[in-house]
Amino acid sequence: MLQTISILLENKPGALLRVTGVLSARGYNIEGLTVAKTLDPELSRMTITVDVEERLRTQVIKQMNKLVNVLQATDMTESPSVIREMVLVRIKCAQENRTAVLKEAEIFQARVIDSSLEGFAIEATGVTEKLDEFIDVMRSYGESDVSRSGAVAMSLETKKLRLQPPVPTGAGAQTL
Amino acid sequence: MQTPNAAHDTTSTPEDPGKLMTGAEMLLECLHREGVDIFFGYPGGVTLPFYDAVYDSHIKHILVRHEENAAFAAAGYARATGKTGVCCATSGPGATNLVTGLVDALMDSIPLVAITGQVHSKLIGSDAFQEADTFGITRPATKHNFMVRNVAELPRIVHEAFYIASSGRPGPVLVDIPKDVFQARGHYKPVDSIHLPGYKVFTEGHAGQIRRAAQLIWEAERPMVYAGGGILAGHASEELKELVELVDAPTVCTLMGLGGLSSSHRNFISMPGMHGSYASNMGMTECDLLIALGTRFDDRVTGQLGAFARHARVIHVDIDPAEVGKNRTPDIPIVGDVKRVLQKLNKVVKEFEPEMRATNANARGAWWDKIRGWMEQHPYDRRHDDSVIRPQHLMDEIDRLSGGQAIVTSDVGQHQMWAAQLIRFNEPRLWVNSGGLGSMGFGVPSAIGAQFARPDKLVIAICGDGGFQMSLPELSTIATHSLPIKIVVMNNGCLGMVRQWQTLFYNNRLSSVALECFPDVEKLAGAYGFTGRTVDKPHELAEALETAFRTPGPYLLNVTVAPMENVYPMVPAGGAVYEMVLGPPQPVAVE
Repeated sequence: MLQTISILLENKPGALLRVTGVLSARGYNIEGLTVAKTLDPELSRMTITVDVEERLRTQVIKQMNKLVNVLQATDMTESPSVIREMVLVRIKCAQENRTAVLKEAEIFQARVIDSSLEGFAIEATGVTEKLDEFIDVMRSYGESDVSRSGAVAMSLETKKLRLQPPVPTGAGAQTL
Repeated sequence: MQTPNAAHDTTSTPEDPGKLMTGAEMLLECLHREGVDIFFGYPGGVTLPFYDAVYDSHIKHILVRHEENAAFAAAGYARATGKTGVCCATSGPGATNLVTGLVDALMDSIPLVAITGQVHSKLIGSDAFQEADTFGITRPATKHNFMVRNVAELPRIVHEAFYIASSGRPGPVLVDIPKDVFQARGHYKPVDSIHLPGYKVFTEGHAGQIRRAAQLIWEAERPMVYAGGGILAGHASEELKELVELVDAPTVCTLMGLGGLSSSHRNFISMPGMHGSYASNMGMTECDLLIALGTRFDDRVTGQLGAFARHARVIHVDIDPAEVGKNRTPDIPIVGDVKRVLQKLNKVVKEFEPEMRATNANARGAWWDKIRGWMEQHPYDRRHDDSVIRPQHLMDEIDRLSGGQAIVTSDVGQHQMWAAQLIRFNEPRLWVNSGGLGSMGFGVPSAIGAQFARPDKLVIAICGDGGFQMSLPELSTIATHSLPIKIVVMNNGCLGMVRQWQTLFYNNRLSSVALECFPDVEKLAGAYGFTGRTVDKPHELAEALETAFRTPGPYLLNVTVAPMENVYPMVPAGGAVYEMVLGPPQPVAVE
């Protein structure tokens, strides 16, 4: 089963690589990854979908939390959260199928964003499994191209963000 | 010289613009503010502007002969002092040569700041001459790394680097600086504070957990203290000694933790693990409480994890939350600075003492009897031989002459294990070795760093004939500064540890381990202007070592030892520690 990890990190060069490096160094393949800046433009929110067994996942999240640029890494698998993904489908469909495709899109609450003689471009959002089904249905009507966003997640609990206060220059050496 | 980006490279306010300086001068100013008085490096094209500023600086720069050794020397300095070591290399090959030293420091939690030059900002990404993606290459090799994009952020980044390197679980931090940033002028104002909101340092430890730990410590019948490199990194030797004496607990120090408790302390057992002592490993196996302090349950210590300390409850104190529960789930996890935690723990232990001291006193007495029994039953092999110098004889003599006082650096392999087993370290920071990464070629350059750090100390670099030949260029550095380092080569004519494994596990098919054509050390040392000597007779060994240690200046002593000796005890890889092999094959069973 795939898990979702949500990470709040500083929007700095290399920060993304540091986070994904924790996974790649251990040989894990990232199934999905989204990242964009938050309300505070100096911070980014990243959602990673990955398959890591539970015991190691705790370790991986601890390693992520250790990163200087990471403010908080949370395992969304263990807390109430909403997870959504978006998909864009471009489908080629014959004239006689156009109504049926539109009907199916409606069932999935998908939106047509482009229409041409060749077919449609449709966007849909939902949980991963629902999008899988949507894509299967669309492909049954004709040749389709698919671009998925990867999951974005939001915790339903407010988790206290503990930020470190400034320290005086040279603080590291003071224990000597 | 003005560079195009100098104009907007200022953070200053109109009232106080700060002093106008080049990036190179700012870097030196920041190093000075961080208390750096020496650093190790090798200049090159893009660091020219920096070295031009170094020319006028009072901070001493030691020109090594290979960048890897700059990192090792800085690590030797850091290991011998606890202060942050600094090394410097140019872009491209200079920076890539540092990488082994960075990973070495990362594995052993050594505070290090590495400065690398980078090609001019405008050339980055163009495959310019001597360009390498240092920032990318060193990301997994460091605790954190930086690339400086303009001179305005240089001072802040340098101070952040020092803070990250030396605080929490220490480690290496690299700062990559493009040539134009060294050259650019900006208004320098001292950086007074560092703000890294995501960099968490846990120091205090959970008070409730500390109380529970104290309770468990008194309740234990068979306690065992398992002290690691964190004791040294955390400057917690005094606190460790206090705890050990308060509860009279037997104590093992890991390869990284040797000297954390004096090797001559009555509670000190030895080193545990793959080549640890019988008593240490049996103690770990049979104890009912393992007090793990600043240590990481490394595979070389635990052997087969499921069988390790199988009867024990575990208290694990470490500053790095990712280490607690990584390999062994503790009963009492305490995330905090081991010094602070031990100060608090000792207080509570004392508080409980009046009502608890009598508890299990008999059981604890019996536990000590058992441990003493193990120690007497299977001590380390120190036997001397009349016809050939045994490696153990060599270490035994070095131990006698050091008296637990000398700084001993080592390379990696058999000699390292024998040195760790047989040489006493009566203070912290005397034993300097590459523990986690196991980098050959570490002994000589780290001795250079250690000797600069502690000019008062006798510094002995114990090397194998393999590792020694990896650090040959540094003989020149040693000679240049007349460093009184005593290099002792334990010469068995082969890569001893690899040979040992080939003998034991690969049907003695000795593949590519013979080191032929070892140089004539008299000529070799002579070429650099100091004394070299080979000794191969057991009855000459003591005198040869005494002479070497007494002779002022550098000395290279090549000791020809029995080639086929194996290090014992030995826990076969993946085996349980109680299944250690004590000598030429005969497993020990535990009832």
